[in-house]
Amino acid sequence: MSSRPQGSGAGLEDPRTEPAAAPAGEQGGSTMIEIRRLAKSFGSKMALRGVDLDVLTGESVVILGPNGAGKTTLIRILSGLSKATAGTAIIGGLDLARHAEGVRRYLGVVTHAPLLYDNLTGEENLRFFARLYDLRRPAQRIVDLLEQVGLSRRRQDLVRTYSRGMVQRLAIARALLHDPPVLLLDEPDTGLDPQAAEMLHSMLVRLGGSAATIVSGAGDRISVGRTIVTVTHNLEHGLAIADRVAILVNGRIKYHAGVRGLAASDLRHLYDECCGLAQRDGRTGA
Amino acid sequence: MTFLRAVSAITWKDVRAELRTKEILSSVIVFALLCVIIFNFAFELRVPDMKMVAPGIVWVAISFAGTLGLNRAFAIEQDRGSLAGLLLAPIDRSAIYFGKLLSNLLFMLIVEAIMLPLVMIFFNLSLLTGPHLLVIFLGTFGFAAVGTLFSAMAVNTRAREVLLPILLFPVLVPVLVSGVNMTGGLLDGKTLADVASGLQVTVFYDLLFTIVAYLTFDYVVEE
Repeated sequence: MSSRPQGSGAGLEDPRTEPAAAPAGEQGGSTMIEIRRLAKSFGSKMALRGVDLDVLTGESVVILGPNGAGKTTLIRILSGLSKATAGTAIIGGLDLARHAEGVRRYLGVVTHAPLLYDNLTGEENLRFFARLYDLRRPAQRIVDLLEQVGLSRRRQDLVRTYSRGMVQRLAIARALLHDPPVLLLDEPDTGLDPQAAEMLHSMLVRLGGSAATIVSGAGDRISVGRTIVTVTHNLEHGLAIADRVAILVNGRIKYHAGVRGLAASDLRHLYDECCGLAQRDGRTGA
Repeated sequence: MTFLRAVSAITWKDVRAELRTKEILSSVIVFALLCVIIFNFAFELRVPDMKMVAPGIVWVAISFAGTLGLNRAFAIEQDRGSLAGLLLAPIDRSAIYFGKLLSNLLFMLIVEAIMLPLVMIFFNLSLLTGPHLLVIFLGTFGFAAVGTLFSAMAVNTRAREVLLPILLFPVLVPVLVSGVNMTGGLLDGKTLADVASGLQVTVFYDLLFTIVAYLTFDYVVEE
């Protein structure tokens, strides 16, 4: 199992924003996300059937799985948009069920829906979310982020005039606005043409080595590696940004390991095997 | 402070977007004016004194037009997938409710500011007095307070356009009855002191539903 070096500062971070407060004792090298026996049902249908997963601080984990495996449900629960039926999820030392508001400050979320307002300009969207995240002096942060995602020239244009790729890049800027130590990405390349998907992918690769700044319980500013959980169908892209992969099938983690030395063809084979096993006899366990 | 910043940010965002598109205001204003015009033609031939029906017409027009606007308040967020963006923010979720309440209230007051002069012209009444405006403001606030909450409830249902009025109108009965009685009383020459019981009911209603919404909104928007 591998993990990225922490606080490398190579990505899109900007320590000038007010960082999220870290719970006492939560620093680099520790577990950032701890998921235990997480289950979710919609009526009689079980979407998650007891997921266990640890993600270390600064690590990038890619979750693969077929449609209906529970990937989006897992991301929605981790981001606080949905409540688990059973089990626990602890993010940055805070139990999601009891400290949802505190956990949300830790998270940047990008989904296939951009979560933006198409009747506001790109800059207005970021200014709006900066106020929601209570960022002090966000102007320079917004300028920097728009520059980094290549939208400086279009910052005064309404989002409804953007291409799908530009909207997703703005969505990434929105997710990074408060310099969150955890990024949750749910199929961010859905609906993009190959060129836009490639551009987004290279941006995600850069994010993998980036750092976020948090404030410890004692008030110290600490640079920690950004933890990234990505849900995708694209095995090659997933492999390129992952320290570890997990394959989710029928609401259970079927495979979970580091990617060092793992070729795309091996991963494809593993993936097919996991999905095939699930279809054949519904066997469980990683 | 964070709470107030979030509330003002959400209201600012709604107003900014609405000023650009006029998506809600244009349709609601036209609908409110049509209501008044249709009621005017419907009653003018048979009712000897329009003062008798004018308060009812005013409040029915406010209710119908307001419901149309409230239907769009959360539907716009839901249809464009931006509601999740609000829910992801590290704020007390009731700030979303209050931000939306303020923008809904503002939009309704703008519609009323255009509708009331038309009512005055058609029915030859004077409604732009302090007591009338106070009664209309308190009634509108109650309407927006309940309507914003129910709009959030209905937004995830398939038949939300139908469901909202079905949920809303029974709960609005106290504020509508008080509003009609007070407006009628004031048109008959009574003072605010004479309609104090109606005012008390409306203020109590406004406070009650604002508090209920504050306490329950987090559960309402939860999946």
